[in-house]
Amino acid sequence: MAERLAVKKTYKLYIGGKFPRSESGRSYQVSDAKGRFLANAAWATRKDARDAVVAARKAYPGWSGATAYNRGQVLYRVAEVMEGRHAQFVDEVAAGEGVARGKAEKLVDEAIDRWVWYAGWSDKIAQVVGSSNPVAGPYFDFSVPEPTGVVAVLAPQRSSLLGLVSVLAPVIVGGNTAVLAASLERPLPAVTLSEVLATSDLPGGVVNILTGRVGDTAAWLAAHMDVNAVDLAGAAGDAEHARQLELAAADNLKRVVRAPEAEPEWTAEPGLERITAYLETKTVWHPVGI
Amino acid sequence: MLSALDDARLSDITSSEASLRRFLHGLPGVDQVGAEARAAMLATRSIKTTAKQFAIDLAISMIDLTTLEGQDTPGKVRALCAKALRPDPSDRSVPRVAAVCVYPDLVATAKEALGAGSDVKVASVATGFPSGRTSLAVKEADTRDAVAAGADEVDMVIDRGAFLAGRYGQVFDEIVAVKQACARAHGANDDGAGAHLKVILETGELATYDNVRRASWLAMLAGADFIKTSTGKVVPAATLPVTLVMLEAVRDFRDAIGRQVGVKPAGGIRTSKDAIRYLVLVNETAGEDWLDPDWFRLGASSLLNDLLMQRQKMLTGRYAGPDYFTLD
Repeated sequence: MAERLAVKKTYKLYIGGKFPRSESGRSYQVSDAKGRFLANAAWATRKDARDAVVAARKAYPGWSGATAYNRGQVLYRVAEVMEGRHAQFVDEVAAGEGVARGKAEKLVDEAIDRWVWYAGWSDKIAQVVGSSNPVAGPYFDFSVPEPTGVVAVLAPQRSSLLGLVSVLAPVIVGGNTAVLAASLERPLPAVTLSEVLATSDLPGGVVNILTGRVGDTAAWLAAHMDVNAVDLAGAAGDAEHARQLELAAADNLKRVVRAPEAEPEWTAEPGLERITAYLETKTVWHPVGI
Repeated sequence: MLSALDDARLSDITSSEASLRRFLHGLPGVDQVGAEARAAMLATRSIKTTAKQFAIDLAISMIDLTTLEGQDTPGKVRALCAKALRPDPSDRSVPRVAAVCVYPDLVATAKEALGAGSDVKVASVATGFPSGRTSLAVKEADTRDAVAAGADEVDMVIDRGAFLAGRYGQVFDEIVAVKQACARAHGANDDGAGAHLKVILETGELATYDNVRRASWLAMLAGADFIKTSTGKVVPAATLPVTLVMLEAVRDFRDAIGRQVGVKPAGGIRTSKDAIRYLVLVNETAGEDWLDPDWFRLGASSLLNDLLMQRQKMLTGRYAGPDYFTLD
């Protein structure tokens, strides 16, 4: 039998539940940790970022309006589909991050567990951060967390799956929609995650994934008047870039999750900070005894 | 494409239904594939930087800001008029739109909200909009009502049933009668000129480009000041190829008869990109003479916000968000 020809993949973006080419039509080569060719990834620029924000905004009323229970079920389903792609994720993490297979398997396990962990918070977070407040008057007074809106996420550059899940899941679990700029050199787990999301029950546009240079899209997302919050995790280690993005984000008072000085160890136990960072508290005074 | 038509030849064409039919069916057929390919080709023109800025402002000044819903209230119309006068309250350099377009019973409200002598016109749909299925007497009364209330422009619908059945004479006579109703009754708002007449062909129901060309000529022969694609209540509404056919018709009509007629695509034009494509089409088909709010209009409502967002993006360098513009 003749030797089989290699199928070299050219991936596309994930916007509004579809997989469009980048507006410029360009793509770039993704190599593994040793510099060998892995695949081609789409090179997103500002117009793709613009389209992604439009898609995220369009998906927002449906996703934020869904019941917390329903959102949780959808996110559990995502974890199930991720589990089905386990082997593919392991290959991509091992090749991209240059870690041994055993270590890569652990990272993928942990990423899926992390997703499940966040999914569980969907219908529990309101009980923890919401409250019924004692007031001096005939009012029933309570506070509930509400999603912020469209969140632009710069995914970590090094931790290509665990880091990715750790920044993306907390955004959407609270009812926000996301535009995510994936790691430049290690985008494949993000691309595979987009294929997972497209085949689970997540409505199109809730998560939009851009691959390419973060520098090409980040500034446009940070300055975009229709983006309500921005996570600068991907700008870790580049203080000047992070500072500029924070300045751009100030124009419409975006919520900013600041870039750490260096990329953290994502294997550490997460807290609720990343969920609550994209929630706003609404307090209602309701008259009683009428 | 047609040799010049003198008055005698013109009155001969319109003298009877048979001669009208002979003339309309004698018009050259539209090359469907060619028209669609040309519209698609022109839609790929790239308009950037200063040309884009110019096009956005021109498009804003050509908008007939429209609300034609059963749920329209006087308050909604007043809000629309405020937006027509000052599309972006934070930026005085934004031009005003050409007109607001409402139902006849809200013309007086719109007129009052815009103020006397405003350069934003009030257009009113009439003649049993959107289906046009009423008797001629009702259509005339509907038109007279709108004009008496102060409408500067009347958007009438043709009887598509009669047109498709081949009763061209009936359609012709109705347009003539409505045109007279526009001119006749002035009431308290008498400025001697009467209202401009826009004739809605409802191209989504005409089935073929040949019919669009015939209906365009029929309306122009009957005295239309404008021909308009659609009511906005039928899908498909305005499309680029249909507008191309209509622009060719007004160009040829002026060549043959010497009278210029305007064109108004309406319905389904929602983005700045769409609007700019129409402007390119106008320039390349009818020519620069039509690149003017007096001769080309865009019937739209949500388009204005998109144009304003694009305009702000060009001025500030960052993408604008709908939260910063009025809901309407």
